[in-house]
Amino acid sequence: MNPIVETKNLYKRYGDFLALDNVSLKIPKGSIFGLLGPNGAGKTSLIRIITQITAADQGEVLFDGEKINPKHIGRIGYLPEERGLYKKSKVGEQLLYFAQLKGMSKELALEKTKNWFIRLDIKDWWNKNLEELSKGMAQKVQFISTVIHEPEFIILDEPFSGFDPVNSDVIRDEILRLHANGATILFSTHRMDTVEELCSHIVLIDKSKKVLDGSTKDIKNQFRKHIFQVQTQDSIDFTKLPWQPEKMNEEKDGYFQTSFKLGENQSPNELLGDIIQNAQVIGFQEQLPSFHDIFVQVVTQNQEKHA
Amino acid sequence: MHKILLIIEREYLSRVRKKAFIIMTLLGPLLFAGITVIPAWLASRDSSLTTISVIDQSGLFEGKLKSNAETTFQFVKTEIDKEKKTVQEAGDHHLLLVIGQTDGKTIPAVQIFGESNPGLDLVQSIENQINSELKNIQLKSSGIDPALVENINPEIDIQTKVLSEEGEKDGSSAAATAVGFGAGFLIYIFIFLYGSMVMTGVMEEKTNRVVEVIISSVKPFELMMGKIVGVALVGLTQFALWLALSYGITAVASAVFLKDKKPQEISQQLSAQGMDQQKAMKKIGFLEELKSVNVTYVVVCFLFFFLGGYLLYSALFAAVGAAVDNQQDAQQFMLPITIPIIASIVMAQLIIKEPNSNMAFWFSIFPLTSPIIMMIRVPFEPPLWQILLSMVCLILGFLGTTWFAGKIYRVGILMYGKKITYKELWKWMRY
Repeated sequence: MNPIVETKNLYKRYGDFLALDNVSLKIPKGSIFGLLGPNGAGKTSLIRIITQITAADQGEVLFDGEKINPKHIGRIGYLPEERGLYKKSKVGEQLLYFAQLKGMSKELALEKTKNWFIRLDIKDWWNKNLEELSKGMAQKVQFISTVIHEPEFIILDEPFSGFDPVNSDVIRDEILRLHANGATILFSTHRMDTVEELCSHIVLIDKSKKVLDGSTKDIKNQFRKHIFQVQTQDSIDFTKLPWQPEKMNEEKDGYFQTSFKLGENQSPNELLGDIIQNAQVIGFQEQLPSFHDIFVQVVTQNQEKHA
Repeated sequence: MHKILLIIEREYLSRVRKKAFIIMTLLGPLLFAGITVIPAWLASRDSSLTTISVIDQSGLFEGKLKSNAETTFQFVKTEIDKEKKTVQEAGDHHLLLVIGQTDGKTIPAVQIFGESNPGLDLVQSIENQINSELKNIQLKSSGIDPALVENINPEIDIQTKVLSEEGEKDGSSAAATAVGFGAGFLIYIFIFLYGSMVMTGVMEEKTNRVVEVIISSVKPFELMMGKIVGVALVGLTQFALWLALSYGITAVASAVFLKDKKPQEISQQLSAQGMDQQKAMKKIGFLEELKSVNVTYVVVCFLFFFLGGYLLYSALFAAVGAAVDNQQDAQQFMLPITIPIIASIVMAQLIIKEPNSNMAFWFSIFPLTSPIIMMIRVPFEPPLWQILLSMVCLILGFLGTTWFAGKIYRVGILMYGKKITYKELWKWMRY
């Protein structure tokens, strides 16, 4: 199966500034893909090339196996980080306009818009001017405008900013529903909880270059430090244990936490077996790195390399 | 193509439905009607009779000053100071005219006393009458019959003829001047009014950040052209409505306010206000001359230069709107655009005096000035090749500025929070 989007050796230059430096990536169909990177890394430049807002200086973009062209515009939905709608236009009219700009017929656009108004329970907003809505309400309208034409590929730049937790969940559920119906989702975000919770693949861009690429599982594996954490009822007596702990017997909520770093040939089973004889075990788990840690680690290392 | 139509539709409808548009469209003709009808109405009402007491110290003018519908002269023999009091008591519509001693050869001292200043027209008409009486006295004393002199007062009126392939045609410098100037001025207004409407529209989309959403669906160039065409239609709609409403309102207003006045009476009134018969004849001649202007030819040229000028400039206005973040910065970049427009309208005075000069030729070829300058020259019927050359240059100029503006627009609309310099703009051209 073709990836929904594939970029090959993209370069983009703004004057003397190289915004994208040889970026190649594949976004698998049906994935929830995280595009990560510090501010100014080149994420927006990459998205603007995929959405055909600008063109790359070198390299090519394939959409569903074809060289990208204006025919694909209607199959992509894009929610930019800088939200924007016409302040003095009516909500319903605006959504119709955006849907038609994506190539929908007026009748279909009307039907789809009405469906969304019912689904998100905002029927009485149709004739309101956008400036009468609160920021969170406007964000909802913006989200609808992004997906109104039922795109196969949805690019969401910080989709949850500006939402309270309740509406944030509403939008998350809508995104997951669209994903379940077959859409591929690209998140560009700094919120690592979104990545942990939703993404199946990520790419990390830093200083215009791709520095990390893969499924979340593989990346977590790649960055695991083989540190295991054990929770015990009583403190462990290390005089009787043949393992060197990283941290020992930290008391927390009435339990004791100890972590061990395992060598290449050591198995967690052996460790657990030895501890069980020594103390009452309550919990045992591997300490996997969070994407937060991975992000910070990779970006910091990259900075040191350039310094 | 379908999308650009959608954009044009939105740009058009969103503007035409605005309150400001409706108010301006309704107020425009009212203002126009006000300017044309109200002065005529006031003039027609202002027919109160002014009485002028005359103290003629030499007795030469008795019976020579003619009363008419608005003024009556009463010759009195009272003392000046006593008469002054009478005049003061009588109020606004009573004046005292004192003509000093003269034997007809010396210039008498003439004074007017009244509660308030008499109008300039009245003063002038009295001056004229006294002058001509003095002239008559002097002519008679030299043994010349004044009636003879009256008859040998020639006034020639040069008729201009244009030599063309179809033979001689009646030319009409005065009519050409009026038509050319009017058309040039309309183009000037249109470019400024609707060019800046394009600019604010672009700035609004940029500052609202809606532009990124739209250009992920259409090309920036399509968005720019859609806006320019949409606004042009708004402008044409407004002009058409103004024209229709002005015509209607003026007709209705004339019927209501001037209903007891027949046209002849109005023209009589005009001639009574210092315009002599010959001038009035000339005015009628001018209206005849207006008809001699080749209407189809002028209208075709007007539409071409009107739209060409607007399209060329509105693309530049769009580029400025895209480059800046706020109104203050916009001023800085508008300056180089407005200079050629304002220069054209200033030069219009010179061009109209010498519509076939070298300067007139070059400015009517250069695309930034040609819409106004060529339109001023058009009624003077310059050689066809010049008009065609000017049109071709305008089309090329339009393509050039649109290309240039499109480049700046494309980069500018996505550029936020940066103080833009001309150097920066130049860099954008190469992105």
